[in-house]
Amino acid sequence: MKPSQVSFGAAGAVALMLIAAPAAAAEVKIGAVLSVTGPASFLGDPEKRTLEMYVEDINAKGGVNGNKLKLIVYDDGGDANNARTFATRLIEEDDVFAMVGGTSTGSTLAMIPAFEEAHTPFISLAGAIQIIDPVRKWVFKTPHTDRMACEKIFADLNRRHLTTIAMISGTDGFGKSMRDQCVAVAPKAGITIAHEESYGPRDSDMTPQLTNIKSTPGVQAVVNPGFSQGPAIVTRNYRQLGIALPFYQSHGVASKEYIDLAGAAAEGVRLPAAALLVADKLNPSDPQKPIVTNYARAYRDKTGKAVSTFGGHAYDGLMILVQAMQRAGALDKAKVRDEIEKTKGYIGTGGVVNMTPTDHMGLDLTAFRMLEIKNGDWTLVVESGS
Amino acid sequence: MAQFLQFAFSGITVGAIYGLVALGFTLIYNASEVVNFAQGEFVMLGGMTTVFLTLLGVPLPFAAAAAVVIAVVVGLALHRFAIETARGASPVILIIITIGASIFLRGLAQVVFDKRFHSLPPLFGSEPIRIAEASILPQSLAVLAGACVVVVLLGAFTERTLFGKALIATAANRLAALLVGIDTRRIVGFSFAVSAAIGALAGILITPIALTSYDVGTLLALKGFAAAMLGGIGSAVGAIVGGLIVGLMEAFAAGYVSSAYKDAVAFLVILGVLLARPQGVFGKAKPERV
Repeated sequence: MKPSQVSFGAAGAVALMLIAAPAAAAEVKIGAVLSVTGPASFLGDPEKRTLEMYVEDINAKGGVNGNKLKLIVYDDGGDANNARTFATRLIEEDDVFAMVGGTSTGSTLAMIPAFEEAHTPFISLAGAIQIIDPVRKWVFKTPHTDRMACEKIFADLNRRHLTTIAMISGTDGFGKSMRDQCVAVAPKAGITIAHEESYGPRDSDMTPQLTNIKSTPGVQAVVNPGFSQGPAIVTRNYRQLGIALPFYQSHGVASKEYIDLAGAAAEGVRLPAAALLVADKLNPSDPQKPIVTNYARAYRDKTGKAVSTFGGHAYDGLMILVQAMQRAGALDKAKVRDEIEKTKGYIGTGGVVNMTPTDHMGLDLTAFRMLEIKNGDWTLVVESGS
Repeated sequence: MAQFLQFAFSGITVGAIYGLVALGFTLIYNASEVVNFAQGEFVMLGGMTTVFLTLLGVPLPFAAAAAVVIAVVVGLALHRFAIETARGASPVILIIITIGASIFLRGLAQVVFDKRFHSLPPLFGSEPIRIAEASILPQSLAVLAGACVVVVLLGAFTERTLFGKALIATAANRLAALLVGIDTRRIVGFSFAVSAAIGALAGILITPIALTSYDVGTLLALKGFAAAMLGGIGSAVGAIVGGLIVGLMEAFAAGYVSSAYKDAVAFLVILGVLLARPQGVFGKAKPERV
């Protein structure tokens, strides 16, 4: 070919590409740093599956405002240092638009500064109240706080006319945080904490600590803040020592895995949890019933596993983000952040969400239900009077 | 008194496991002067393999037996491919190789098994036995019994069989053993196999109490090593006694002092032993010719 023909052909090709390019819609990158493996794996694994499921679903239905979503998942293995590294990678290398992730309190707190600095919306899936108190501009969360868990447990104790408790807490981020919240909230609820013990997240035997609790006079109930397998072992040890007092867990164990690991020892244990776990037992008039039933069914059909509240938090996080993006109309981080803050009346798996500039979680105590484990399954505790 | 007894029960249960891990360390060290830091992984393999075989439908006794066999195969592979190939290297290098092997096995476990926690049904039911206001699980007694059986069998083997005597000879003086015609390579391989079997048995026995997951090996290896150092790294009796002492110290520390420092006990033991009496309680100070 003659040189002039080659250059003409090249110019034509470039022109064609330039014309063709704008027709493709933008791809919106959503980052997710989750603890898929490690001590928080029974929180992070359902979260990952849920996000993948629903991003695929949303894309199949055309995406958000015509834009497809691209989910980028990194596994921090339950280590806050890794989480921080991945957060930086999401921001600097992957250039994410927003983040739905942070399985545990520890990893979330490590990542918050990165997202605040990058002015990127961050919806966390972790429990501690410090994530949204003090309120940070770009940080939101979907799970109920540990303070709400304490308040819900204390309300149940009041109903049962029990006033003196002992606490045995995990030394992980969530366990410590919830323990601090319970200590802060106890006087207002008229609860006295007679004795406290703690255990490491990898401990395999808590009988010494429980023996001390058993021999403390006046204890009427025991509360165990923590998550992962620690509470399961505490529960087994509890029954082994024959402690007959009412036993309360936190929403950190709101998953079938806890019942499987604790076995028969879990019988009679009470805990505050989202309505998701008792979807089929909810009143038909309950506003959450359609959402939780659909999600539970979809999750079970796709993964073959029982539904988990942690997957539910991821579902809520994604939906709140997507609805905010739809309302904002433009791919502008600040506009979407404002819309997230304006979320009102969103009915999710965790409850009904009404956010405000000072409340970046939007749930109240009614979003928590008190559950009791009977015959290896969750049941609703009747909350009036008793 | 009931409190003391309860702490003691908790201590000897976990102490028996540390003792079995320490026994594995001791066997391999005796035969080859290598401290095998992959010992904890054998315990993990025992528990996890049994769990996954039962999930596939294999009845528990066969799953347990198969798990022990698989652990032995892994132990022999570790010896053949990691230790034997670096035969001429100094013990320090061989120790680092075992650390690398433990990391490899842990990674393999994540892929082959999964990353969650698992349990096994206890051998004799989960009703605790009440003794003087304290309670002990039947499974804890099974763990102790298992440790005793292992020690007795090992003792009988080393005293009564020729191969066992060759094992003692290699431990006493490797060069002399070579000179009288003992195949020290087979002895070392055998020690790896037996250590793996002991570790796997420990893993199977403790899983109904302490659960298992892909990374239980790390902390167990460190505490077992502390126990082995305390008892005297060359002594089998020392290994078991060291394990029980470390377990009891942990339980009493958790009960009487503070549960937050429980894990620190094993590390304080290592420091104390190395500073005050490096040969451990039962070891003999080795005289060196100058």
